[in-house]
Amino acid sequence: MAKFSPYENNGGTCVAVAGDGYCVVAADTRLSVGYSILTRDHSKICQLADKCILASSGFQGDIKALQKNLAAKELVYEHNHNKKMSCPAMAQLLSNTLYYKRFFPYYTFNVLGGLDSQGKGCVFTYDAVGSYERTGYSAQGTGAKLITPVLDNKLKSPNPLILPARDAVTPLSESEAVDLVKDVFASATERDIYTGDKLEIVVINSSGIHREYIELRKD
Amino acid sequence: MEEQKWDQPMGGFNAASRSQMAEAAAGGEESQRTLYPYVTGTSVIALKYKDGVIMACDTGASYGSTLRYKSVERIKAVGKHSLIGGSGEFSDFQEILRYLDELTLSDHMWDDGNSLGPKEIHSYLTRVMYNRRNKFDPLWNALVLGGVKMGPKGAEKYLGMVNMIGTHFEENHIATGFGNHLAIPILRAEWSEDMTFEEAVKLVEKCLLVLLYRDRSSINKFQVAKITTEGATIYPPYSLKTFWGFSHFENPAQGAVGSW
Repeated sequence: MAKFSPYENNGGTCVAVAGDGYCVVAADTRLSVGYSILTRDHSKICQLADKCILASSGFQGDIKALQKNLAAKELVYEHNHNKKMSCPAMAQLLSNTLYYKRFFPYYTFNVLGGLDSQGKGCVFTYDAVGSYERTGYSAQGTGAKLITPVLDNKLKSPNPLILPARDAVTPLSESEAVDLVKDVFASATERDIYTGDKLEIVVINSSGIHREYIELRKD
Repeated sequence: MEEQKWDQPMGGFNAASRSQMAEAAAGGEESQRTLYPYVTGTSVIALKYKDGVIMACDTGASYGSTLRYKSVERIKAVGKHSLIGGSGEFSDFQEILRYLDELTLSDHMWDDGNSLGPKEIHSYLTRVMYNRRNKFDPLWNALVLGGVKMGPKGAEKYLGMVNMIGTHFEENHIATGFGNHLAIPILRAEWSEDMTFEEAVKLVEKCLLVLLYRDRSSINKFQVAKITTEGATIYPPYSLKTFWGFSHFENPAQGAVGSW
């Protein structure tokens, strides 16, 4: 007899990289269930505010509910404060929203990317129940453990263990970071069955938001 | 009670502990939530074509392994612009039709010249399914929602799916249940933009035939429906020709070396 589970993992990987004056947020567009692909063209990325982009992987029903929830709260904030939410403010809101459902979690693995109030790139990385930190880069989702070691090696960000604490953003240029993101996704696609089809890359910098798509392996 | 809570695996609730807690809290009542499906419909297939969307499924509803009902209509028109097809628990599908009736009625009563399009209805259904899942009382269905509505860029076709826990997406071709495994590969290989109605029906029939051969809950009585800017048409049921004349079926024991 079928046993009801309220969760399923629809797979996918999200990555964000922060630099000086830019932020790259990328996610694949494959939606899977079990060993099937439901669709090859489903975006996991949601623009929550001017300089604030959320990429989520995990259970797609929860992802949609979470993104809708945050977009609604952002609108309320705008009405109350007469300005769009900043990325660090949204970061805290996301954490609170996730923890609110601590005992029936949103099965979502999020990375929030954008520019902070000084115009520097920021990336916030989360677990499913809202614990978060600001970092220079992050990967979440089914391909994360394939990607993170490569980013650790290639981004040349300061070691997080040294003291005094140094700024975590990468010294790479925007185009170098974008190329690196494309490379890591191509690699993750080779080995992770849930990652592939297409890569959606969103870059935020002082001139605005720019989106591009590149093809990934479809197998 | 406290012991039970700490024993639960990480990663949130499971239905069993939830219903136990509900029982304890309610003073020993049995769970009233849906636990498993009883009368179920099998696959629904749909695809976009030149004039709109085509949807098809068989007219059977099974009670476990019994083919209990053989003339069930699992595709219905919704409002002026959409079709809904449902697989899974049939009584839940009927409940959803009642919700949609209420929705389309209040939409009509606004009398503002506007009417709900397929995108809006898909969004509504997604919210309904997700919210029921949140209460651990799901509507045990996979729904296909297709339609056409005139928009600023002309006739905008829409086709989407939502399942019992709220997973939803939009695509050019959709199949539920076994169709996911048997029909989608055919659709992915042979679907193209702007097929004529005849081509689309042929493609759909090809998928339905494969499902008839390979899905044991499928029956040889199908309904095809289409939705265009002119409205919805649900065609009367018909059967497909099957072929069983394989030489191996003719004398199955021929090559068998038996000891009995």
